[in-house]
Amino acid sequence: MSLIEVKNVTKIYTNEGVETPALRGVSFGVKKGEFVAIMGPSGSGKSTLLHILGFLDEHTDGEYLFEGKNVKSYKPEEVSKIRNGRMGFIFQAFNLLPRTTVLENVKLPLLYSDVPTEQWDGLAKKALESVGMLHRLEHEPAQLSGGEKQRVAIARALVLEPSVIFADEPTGNLDSKSGKMVIQTIQNLNEQHGHTIILITHETSTAEHAQRIIRVMDGAIESDTKVAQQRRADEGYVK
Amino acid sequence: MIFSYSLKTAVTGLKTNRSRSLLTILGIVIGIAAIILIMSLGQGAQQLILNQVQGMGSKTIIVIPGREPKGPSDAAQVFSDSLKVRDFELLQKKENVPTLGSIMPLLFTGVSSSYGSETYRPTIFGVSPLIQKIFDLSVSEGEFFSDDDVRARADVVVIGSKVKEQLFGDSPALGEKIKIKDRSFRVIGIMPSKGQVSFFNFDEAVIVPYTTAQQYVLGIKYFHRFVAEASSQDLIAQTVTDIKATLRESHKITDPSKDDFFVQTQEDLAARLGLITQVLTLFLAAVAAISLVVGGIGIMNIMLVSVTERTREIGLRKSIGATDRDILMQFLLEAVLLTGTGGVAGIVIGGTLSIICAFILTNFVGLAWSFQFPFFGAFLGIVVSGVIGLVFGIYPAKQAARKSPMEALRYE
Repeated sequence: MSLIEVKNVTKIYTNEGVETPALRGVSFGVKKGEFVAIMGPSGSGKSTLLHILGFLDEHTDGEYLFEGKNVKSYKPEEVSKIRNGRMGFIFQAFNLLPRTTVLENVKLPLLYSDVPTEQWDGLAKKALESVGMLHRLEHEPAQLSGGEKQRVAIARALVLEPSVIFADEPTGNLDSKSGKMVIQTIQNLNEQHGHTIILITHETSTAEHAQRIIRVMDGAIESDTKVAQQRRADEGYVK
Repeated sequence: MIFSYSLKTAVTGLKTNRSRSLLTILGIVIGIAAIILIMSLGQGAQQLILNQVQGMGSKTIIVIPGREPKGPSDAAQVFSDSLKVRDFELLQKKENVPTLGSIMPLLFTGVSSSYGSETYRPTIFGVSPLIQKIFDLSVSEGEFFSDDDVRARADVVVIGSKVKEQLFGDSPALGEKIKIKDRSFRVIGIMPSKGQVSFFNFDEAVIVPYTTAQQYVLGIKYFHRFVAEASSQDLIAQTVTDIKATLRESHKITDPSKDDFFVQTQEDLAARLGLITQVLTLFLAAVAAISLVVGGIGIMNIMLVSVTERTREIGLRKSIGATDRDILMQFLLEAVLLTGTGGVAGIVIGGTLSIICAFILTNFVGLAWSFQFPFFGAFLGIVVSGVIGLVFGIYPAKQAARKSPMEALRYE
């Protein structure tokens, strides 16, 4: 069974009576443990697709099954709960809370979870260890480099062991060296820890680190191909 | 979300904008401080007035002729001659009013008095020697007149310090004769300056036996007041009842609504005056409370700005699992924390100002003022500031909770 199943999903934005279609019937599935890249130029609808997949936005028509259940049937509290425990988000702009330590930032999703307080520090440290940021626990985001910030954000996405991690242009704000480290971390999460990853990017070089690339153009899927030779982050990643 | 963490989140949120938070709560601080100050001064004034009233003795009962005035236009002076000598004799009898401690008739009038070429218009009191006990009076020179002087309608007077000064200046007054209504009265006692005692200024008084006042000063057969004392504090009500019954019987009154006299106790008077100051204090506090509303609007304004500014943070929190309720709680808690802190600061500042005022009133104005901390006002201040946080925080918090995570993350 697919973790994510999208059938003929459309999205139409209505602004002051003008309807703008962003997705015009998208269908695909993502299996557990897969590393999928969604590619496309800006305005292609890839961000809209990610928002819908990540329960941040609602689709207009079609069907979206998450873990076999139709998304439309979820209540708002259930949606929050799934975002909290089953999904992790990594954003282009990191979105770490300012003037809050690395450890507290990573603990943020735990605040909204049912996990007992005693386990919070342990879980946060474990997540930080897996991205190699254990040495920066008491630093604040302003004291970190871009790459470090993004790795903290990845740890935050990981802390509740989600079924799927959505990464929205995670290397977009980073220099090539930091970007490489981040993409290596993501690839590592997929290969070593079996996390399902959906990565959004407009760069082929970044997308080729995934096992499969879905190309989106003008709100529709242009191609859905397996990557013949998956690029290794530790072998010369070029931005 | 666990409450302690909500609290921590809210505190962090406020600390992040420390100077703005401080400016935001200024309105609340000033409002609460003003209320505390007003209430403290009100309680102080009330205490001061009550102390004055009780200068007359808390067991004191006053019988006044005429109908009890029910309003400002009511003619209280009908039957003003209703308190007769016979009434005085009846009230003194143990079988009529067993709980009576003592009773004294009182007459008063303003009549010109002269000594040589000096004239002065004192208040003349016709009383019995009991006045010394009831008003806590004493003489610094000479002596007070006795019950024998009362019986003999003696032409003797005890004068207040101001009267002595006006008529005699620095020359000795004791034994001299002053003229009142063309009759000579011998000065047998001089009272030291005492200031205002319960609405009477005995410094400006000439005190004569009540019999003398009736016969030679006023030329009347009745009394202006009876001033009585109950034998103990708990027996005041019983004494009042017995006095009323005795007088009704003497005046042949069966319907209490047709009474031609009325009775006031010190307790009544204190309660009435206390009520007046209380109402005044509450009124002033209500005016000060308007500033709290203004302060609350300020809070709402800043909270709205804060919500807009933190759109990204809200989006992030929602994307990692915060429900609308979590966000609502976070911002509401921030608002309440903000106003609550303002309330506590206001109480501290208001209390400090009250102590300073009490110090100035005692040491520079010379009032027997005592600092009163309005505990009820403080309690109310904290509750009210919290409620203001809730009321004015709910709208911005709802705005925050309504934000869609996607919109929020897109916000630049």
